[in-house]
Amino acid sequence: MKQTILKITENTPLTPSVFRMRLEGDTDDLRPGQFVNIKLEGLFLRRPISVCDYDDGRLTVIYKVVGHGTELMSRMGIGETLDVLTGLGNGYDLDVGCQRPLLVGGGVGVPPLYYLARELIARGRRVSVVLGFNTASEVFYEDEFKKLGASVTVTTADGSYGVRGFVTDALDENADYFYACGPEPMLKALHRATEIPGEMSFEERMGCGFGACMGCSCKTLTGNKRICREGPVLKKEELLW
Amino acid sequence: MVNTDVSLCGIALDNPVIPASGTFGFGYEFAELYDINCLGTFSFKGTTREPRFGNPTPRIAECTAGMINAVGLQNPGVDKVVSEELPKLAKVFKKPVMANVSGFSVEDYAHTCAVLDKQEQVGWLEVNVSCPNVHGGGMSFGTNPDAAAQVTRAVKAVTRKPVIVKLSPNVTDIVSIAKACEEAGADGISLINTLLGMRINIRNGKPVIANTMGGFSGPAIFPVALRMVYQVSGAVSIPVVGMGGVSTAEDVIEMMMAGATAVEVGAANLTDPYACKRIVDELPSVMEKYGINKLADIIGRAHG
Repeated sequence: MKQTILKITENTPLTPSVFRMRLEGDTDDLRPGQFVNIKLEGLFLRRPISVCDYDDGRLTVIYKVVGHGTELMSRMGIGETLDVLTGLGNGYDLDVGCQRPLLVGGGVGVPPLYYLARELIARGRRVSVVLGFNTASEVFYEDEFKKLGASVTVTTADGSYGVRGFVTDALDENADYFYACGPEPMLKALHRATEIPGEMSFEERMGCGFGACMGCSCKTLTGNKRICREGPVLKKEELLW
Repeated sequence: MVNTDVSLCGIALDNPVIPASGTFGFGYEFAELYDINCLGTFSFKGTTREPRFGNPTPRIAECTAGMINAVGLQNPGVDKVVSEELPKLAKVFKKPVMANVSGFSVEDYAHTCAVLDKQEQVGWLEVNVSCPNVHGGGMSFGTNPDAAAQVTRAVKAVTRKPVIVKLSPNVTDIVSIAKACEEAGADGISLINTLLGMRINIRNGKPVIANTMGGFSGPAIFPVALRMVYQVSGAVSIPVVGMGGVSTAEDVIEMMMAGATAVEVGAANLTDPYACKRIVDELPSVMEKYGINKLADIIGRAHG
């Protein structure tokens, strides 16, 4: 973990409610699946946001405007600075011996999979991606994943774009491992729908984001875990589902 | 050179800054960030006789200038604290640590304190009779003078280490409880624990916290905490450790002027992991600014 001041170099809407913010500055290396915790003027708690991409002191976050914090973020401009704790959480395990990983993202669970896909492809894996959204106007990052060289399927619950249905209606049956991030109902459905091993990133309301307050604890088969510290990524076989 | 030394129940502190229990774990998350030996001491995560997972999540809710937590005393239990946490802590913290203890019966408190009494690293026992987030224990001992005194006596009987009783603000007359603890042999009083609070998610009309209510902390509660420290320190002759919303060196000074011998810092650690180091670093220059040469001299100054 590192506390740092980062400068906003981009803050643009990708959909009516989802924004991409690019930040630049002195950060530690970030692994796919880790998150940052952002301090915002006038709000007491920081806002934990997953990292969508990282490269040499430049990081990208994609966030959905859902409350005061993200609303404030969406109104910030280029050149403004943010106080950020970086390098939080365990991140995805890139060392599992899979050849054909399947990446499954739902809504704002999609962003952390981008950096993951980039790293997996760099390691020579054949990556397929399923991105689930409610409706066509909410779809983002399909092209970005394609440009990385991943095979991409988009699902929408109302059928207005891509495959009609949920991510579980479009899983690549040749995959030998999955990485997921999304709302808990999606993760549960995925857990039921697939036999292959995998890991998923979880969300919880956090106090500190770095393991001090025990605000985000959960029980697993391998003991109590803090989502912010031993998570947010948990292995399928650890889950009490 | 200004002097930040204070003495808490006979143990010297380099400065009065103490991270509060529940906001600093067992220290090593913070030791990765800075040398925690710069602190006066710290109060470790509330420890109980048996391991506890605590309450269901969500356990955290944001408030204006503060937060609510309903963690519910998650901890590995005193035996593991002794066998695992304290040896790890010993590698990064060389000063006496404050052991924070909670319980669900008088016997629980006595047992846990007896175990911790044997630990050389432990300087003080901070006996929490004020956790708002557990049923059938915690705060129920701290809202009644007789029960608080009973816990105090039971703990004093099993330890020679200084016993500091941590009080709840969720009472009508905190002074009577503090006095009862003093009469029962407490060596110090620390206050305030969190204020019982609540938030509702207006999208669905349901409480944000799974446990419905939780403990409110952060800068918003500072004036309430300061008032109670003032009242209690004016009524007892044992040292008072002040806490509640402290987040700056100025807050530390104000708390000491209200009567605190040392000052705990809680929620600030969660939003700024360097909060306590910053306060320790800034204390000398803030003292100089206000013409304070010796910090111990300002304790209770507001009492005239």
